[in-house]
Amino acid sequence: MASGFPLLSLLIWLPIFGGVLTLAVGKGGSRDIMRKTALGVSVVVFILSLPLYTGFDTETFAMQFGEKASWIPAFNVFYSLGIDGISMPLIILTTFSTVLVVLAGWEVIEDRQEQYMAAFLIMEGLMNGVFCALDGVLFYVFWEGMLIPMFLIIGIWGGPRRIYAALKFFLYTFLGSVLLLVALIYLYNQTSSFNILDFHMAKVGMTAQTLIFFAFLIAFAVKVPMWPVHTWLPDAHVEAPTGGSVILAAIMLKMGTYGFARFILPIVPDASAHLDWLVIGMSLIAIVYIALVALAQTDMKKLIAYSSIAHMGFVTLGFFIVFAIFRATGNTHGAGLGVEGALVQMVSHGFISGALFLCVGVMYDRMHSRNIYDYGGVANTMPVFASFMVLFAMANTGLPGTSGFVGEFMVILGSFQASFWYAFLAATTLILGAAYTLWLVKRVIFGEVGNERVAALQDLNMREFVILGSLAVLVLLLGIWPAPLVDVMHASVNHLLEHVVTSKL
Amino acid sequence: MKGLYLMIPMAPLIGSIIAGLFGRKIGRTGAHTVTIAGVAVAFVLSLITFFKIAVFDGETFNGVVYTWMISDGISFDVGFLIDKLTALMMVVVTFVSLMVHIYTIGYMADDDGYQRFFSYIALFTFSMLMLVMANNFMQLFFGWEAVGLVSYLLIGFWFKKESAIYANMKAFIVNRVGDFGFLLGIAAVLMYFGSVDYADVFAAAPHMKDMTIQIWGDQQWSVMTVICILLFIGAMGKSAQAPLHVWLPDSMEGPTPISALIHAATMVTAGIFMVARMSPLYELSETALSFVLVIGAITAFSMGLLGVFVRSEERRVGKERRSRWGPIHYTMGASAYAAGIFHLMTHAFFKALLFLGAGSVIIAMHHDQDIRNMGGLKKYMPITYWTSLIGSLALIGFPGTAGFFSKDAIIEAVWESHLAGSTFAWICVLLGVFVTALYSFRMFFLVFHGEERMDEHTKHHLKESPKVVTIPLICLAIPSLVAGMIGVGPLLFGGFFEGAIHVDEAHNVLEHMGEEYTGVFGFLIHGTLGLPFLLAMAGIYTAWHVYMKRPDLADQIKARFRGFYDLLVRKYGFDEFNDRFFAGGSRQLAKVLFEKGDATMIDGIMVNGTAKSVGWIAGKVRNIQTGMLYHYAFAMIVGMLLLVTLFVLMG
Repeated sequence: MASGFPLLSLLIWLPIFGGVLTLAVGKGGSRDIMRKTALGVSVVVFILSLPLYTGFDTETFAMQFGEKASWIPAFNVFYSLGIDGISMPLIILTTFSTVLVVLAGWEVIEDRQEQYMAAFLIMEGLMNGVFCALDGVLFYVFWEGMLIPMFLIIGIWGGPRRIYAALKFFLYTFLGSVLLLVALIYLYNQTSSFNILDFHMAKVGMTAQTLIFFAFLIAFAVKVPMWPVHTWLPDAHVEAPTGGSVILAAIMLKMGTYGFARFILPIVPDASAHLDWLVIGMSLIAIVYIALVALAQTDMKKLIAYSSIAHMGFVTLGFFIVFAIFRATGNTHGAGLGVEGALVQMVSHGFISGALFLCVGVMYDRMHSRNIYDYGGVANTMPVFASFMVLFAMANTGLPGTSGFVGEFMVILGSFQASFWYAFLAATTLILGAAYTLWLVKRVIFGEVGNERVAALQDLNMREFVILGSLAVLVLLLGIWPAPLVDVMHASVNHLLEHVVTSKL
Repeated sequence: MKGLYLMIPMAPLIGSIIAGLFGRKIGRTGAHTVTIAGVAVAFVLSLITFFKIAVFDGETFNGVVYTWMISDGISFDVGFLIDKLTALMMVVVTFVSLMVHIYTIGYMADDDGYQRFFSYIALFTFSMLMLVMANNFMQLFFGWEAVGLVSYLLIGFWFKKESAIYANMKAFIVNRVGDFGFLLGIAAVLMYFGSVDYADVFAAAPHMKDMTIQIWGDQQWSVMTVICILLFIGAMGKSAQAPLHVWLPDSMEGPTPISALIHAATMVTAGIFMVARMSPLYELSETALSFVLVIGAITAFSMGLLGVFVRSEERRVGKERRSRWGPIHYTMGASAYAAGIFHLMTHAFFKALLFLGAGSVIIAMHHDQDIRNMGGLKKYMPITYWTSLIGSLALIGFPGTAGFFSKDAIIEAVWESHLAGSTFAWICVLLGVFVTALYSFRMFFLVFHGEERMDEHTKHHLKESPKVVTIPLICLAIPSLVAGMIGVGPLLFGGFFEGAIHVDEAHNVLEHMGEEYTGVFGFLIHGTLGLPFLLAMAGIYTAWHVYMKRPDLADQIKARFRGFYDLLVRKYGFDEFNDRFFAGGSRQLAKVLFEKGDATMIDGIMVNGTAKSVGWIAGKVRNIQTGMLYHYAFAMIVGMLLLVTLFVLMG
């Protein structure tokens, strides 16, 4: 958009300044004004992000809403922003989730609430930065910066083992980040530019591609997270406060898969083609093995965390089936379903996993337990809540008519074109996903009232109803009519597919 | 036109949403009014559609309502294909559903979840209509899963009951096993046809006959066979075919009207409808047809045997456990799709009638379902008695009733078929006739005849059920009597389904039968003289003899066949096997994977191990930092030397 209005910058810096403002207001003023400030900022940012959709040009794969300014001229580093059909939905997802998180922390966070709110607002800005950045250094700064508020959120407002979880989270992702930096510097040496779009065009030999591939893979796989570098996620989720879990599941995990689409596939397509079996293998293990592991959980948050890992397996699977299809048929027909399915899955998983963590939060706020066996028969005392929980559980099992179906359906259809067995293993989610999710519902929601504390439960208040209700509407809307979301992706995805099957050697 | 068709599924959906979301506000009367109005609208519009398309030979409608999404150049639509097959299904579904709705006013009168129940059954009607009206595989799958969802909600309706919430989870997961195959079948369709639209796929199907697919090693499998079998796995789940039949018995945990809906009218018919809809595909693969035939026969045979013995133990009225869908399935396998759909229709009427009749008895007995406490109810409940008699006679195929015509057509069709497994199937049907007659009349005699075994209090209050219950019974009894006579000519031999169902010349058994068809009366006489009729009569007689005249005989028989009996009581051990192997096994595997894989291997050794070794190395490294200058100097010199050597060697 040539209007010149720095919308993306606004989406990055407004929440950051809003966060600082919240801190300032909270220092002296009343708690209520501080909360309202935080909510106001998040709502304004969400509304400001909507023109990204309405003003989006679906005909072009080129970066839109671009901004560019010189930042560190000596190294050719630019403050360069822009979005395409891959990143745009993720930004709106981020701004939307932040509103919910601010609302979710309204009453339950009592200790240092202004810092809590500020952390989420600042993190929102940094996450938007990650999705907008078109410069490698800028990307890296946002990518690393984003870790700090999350680290604090888990470490300060987390559960009893929060220090262990926060450190594990930090070390895991930091290890990946270091390799990311090395790869970026190597690419700078090759191209004398930090522009990510220049990286896409860089001619890189096979050996270098392979090394870069692994550096990127480790950096992003940790974030997704993919098996076997996933064990930080359940710990982080269990210890994080509800809002932290929501952002972690809804947005942070998407950073990893976003990296696959923005870095790995376009920058090292030949290495990706050569090593696609590795990513596909890890994805399928995530779908089957992790789903089984989810079945063994007795902690609700852990169960949903494992379920997240399994669902993210569909994203990485969807991205990587293109190579097998291209080898078999010489064209990419069918791969578009995989990539677009993966992108839809990213958005949908943001809604559903966020909603499920919020549901657990609702129960945790009342019972202070995440253990499945402390519950039972919640539907008797919280019928409205139970309806939401069953809806989101069904969405989690990929029921048609909910958003959970769309992405998985597309990825399974696409992966069948690559190999019968990919689709076969991926489709086991229909059974395993239903098994762990419905078993959870059966033990927590249904049955006779489990104990006196369940008997004393109060149903949703207005605030909780609004949060879950808005997610329910989105989950259903996207399931009934995914076209508005899918349509913005076509141009970018087609361009990406053309690009990745063209050898750089 | 599209508006009218759109109204048909939307009316029950709107009713369901209003009753579900605002149930508390609009109250009981509001909830049943709004849902019944919705379903009634759907029924009337379905009737109009049926007359327009089927009776006055209107145009087949195939249109898109909206484009769900376009991806990779493939359009996924929500749209309707309304031909004679669809129109007939719509009428059957909405009619039975409407009867069930009205009946529910009486049956659920005292239940706390009254509004919720109406919301669910209206949603069920919507789902089923979306399924039968679909014009593409994606929407078919939507309807397919949606009926699964609502059956989950309905079976677990009394969510406090442990057995109910176990049963609904089991039903959903077992159905998901079927859907797993179904989804892969759709993926295969998309891969080979490049479209999920029925019209495109059916048009291209004949050209795909010789295509092969490589799945395992170098073996080349026919694409059509693979697609058809994968799709049929879905049907096995929905229609409760062996070995995916295990969910159906437990599904009785829900309130009785659901049994009528799930068993008779809707959900289990989905599989049969799907095979008929896909006839242009199935006709291209004899292997798939044989597969359908044999699975259907095995289901009927094993469930039939189960019926003889376990049925005799059954004490709960209306808790029919047997899957009767085997026979219809092998009719499909024998390419007699029209006969299958015909039986599906008549069966929907009388099976719903039987369930609702049983429910009426349950109401009179104050929700006591034990038949040991019943007996002699004939004089208290005349309408229930006579309608149940009609239902039972139709069920066993008594000459003249609806069941007679459709069942006889099935038996003939299987007899005429030359596909592999058809003889086996034929024997199974005949066995089924005897068994059905035996246990349905056993139940009938024990409930309505003989001595009155209920306590005085119950006896005092015994009375015929209210009008909202008896009117649906009468409405269902009428088609149970006459639908056969009316339907047999046009549906079976009149080419009614031409254009909707495709049959290959080589296995067109119905056409062959049609050559001998001389009219309703000829059919009637032919059937009355046949073996099936004698078997049915023998069944009724045995039931009367064993349960009314000589009750001690039943125990003697049971004692003699102890071992066999045990096997059957455990339902061939399917449930136990599934519980132990699949459910228990996966839980066990899950535990091992979690504890050994995630906790020990990854976290224990790799993650925390790394942390520990870093600590250990750090400890060692700390020792190197001695603080003495000459140690450092020495290290520097060694390092320099190494680097210099390296540079020299590298040139």
